[in-house]
Amino acid sequence: MTRSTETADVNPVEERLRTLFLGALDGDSAAYRLFLQELATHVRAFLRRRLPNLQDDSEDIVQEVLLAIHRGRHTYRRDEPLTAWVHAIARYKMVDFLRAHARREALNDPLDDVHDLLAEPSIEPAEARRDLGKLLDQLPERQKLPILHVKIEGLSVEEAARLTGLSEPAVKIGVHRGLKALALKIRGGRT
Amino acid sequence: MRTDNLIATLSADVAPVNPRSVERRFVYALLGAACGALVLLLPIYGVRADLPALMMQPIFWVKVAFPLTLACAAMVATARLSRPGAALGRVWTGFAAPVALASSAALAVLWLAPQEARLALLMGHTWRTCSLNIALLSVPGLVAILAAVRSLAPTRLPLAGATAGLLAGAVGALAYCLRCPETSMPFWATWYLLGMAIPAVVGALLGRLVLRW
Repeated sequence: MTRSTETADVNPVEERLRTLFLGALDGDSAAYRLFLQELATHVRAFLRRRLPNLQDDSEDIVQEVLLAIHRGRHTYRRDEPLTAWVHAIARYKMVDFLRAHARREALNDPLDDVHDLLAEPSIEPAEARRDLGKLLDQLPERQKLPILHVKIEGLSVEEAARLTGLSEPAVKIGVHRGLKALALKIRGGRT
Repeated sequence: MRTDNLIATLSADVAPVNPRSVERRFVYALLGAACGALVLLLPIYGVRADLPALMMQPIFWVKVAFPLTLACAAMVATARLSRPGAALGRVWTGFAAPVALASSAALAVLWLAPQEARLALLMGHTWRTCSLNIALLSVPGLVAILAAVRSLAPTRLPLAGATAGLLAGAVGALAYCLRCPETSMPFWATWYLLGMAIPAVVGALLGRLVLRW
């Protein structure tokens, strides 16, 4: 520990997060949870500083980054600085999101113009997403997570299975039944 | 979903990570690349009948060393590009040195040769097919290595695709050494390099498409 007191550039946050993450790599799920919780706050701040105009989306990107860190955690080399590794992933996911976003915006531009005449466009998408989140929260985990990973985040069934710990058929069934249940809820809510 | 729920899901029984899992994936990918190249080579081209005699000549090993050194440099670069935030360092000298050495030696050979022999030294008998054969032999390797890189966490996709392609090309060129009838240095410094560059360019173009995660 003399290292951290002697060299001013070793960040105490880095030290702390790294210790937690090394525990997580050895299978300590409590350490992993603490690590992800603390990391999420840093990633959130990082994104808010860089994307002041996309506050609505920044939480989506935070979750993307956490998922990416989870998926790529075997690529962390235990002797290298954690900050550089996390930063590269966060930047990759941010750029990836912006690229997809720009494409989507470009495709939707003419349509958005029409909507501008009819409704308040800045409120609408945020509310739509929140409503979907609310509906999803009513589903049991084994349906909610498959839908979230496969339908909303666009992961493959195999990746969703790995993330959730469910089998691949269970993920497919979860998506199928979950969508059915969602449709029922939406219909029930409207009529 | 709320971020807290996501964190709870991700951290619920997280399996310990094998510290050697990156190396293991690349070992499998390289084995796949080598086996794939040989499986294509043996029925399509076969092995030269005079291979044992050829292997006695130093020039054969100089020829083998060219793709081999490039393969090593490409392996190091690909492994680094598969890890977020890993610096590339001086890996570029690993590409530049063999190419510079081979080209300058090839130029010297051409310079010293009599005028009328130069074209034959450069074109050999198989210049039309050599590069394409190497590119064909590198196809299984390209698939296996790109799959390995994708399963890791590349963040510079076109670059990672290019080095993965060069690695596949170098493995293909190594396999092609078993069949190639040419020993002239200007020949292989040109056509082997071109053959390895084809999968590298394909990898760079495919990078953003297939390596995205």
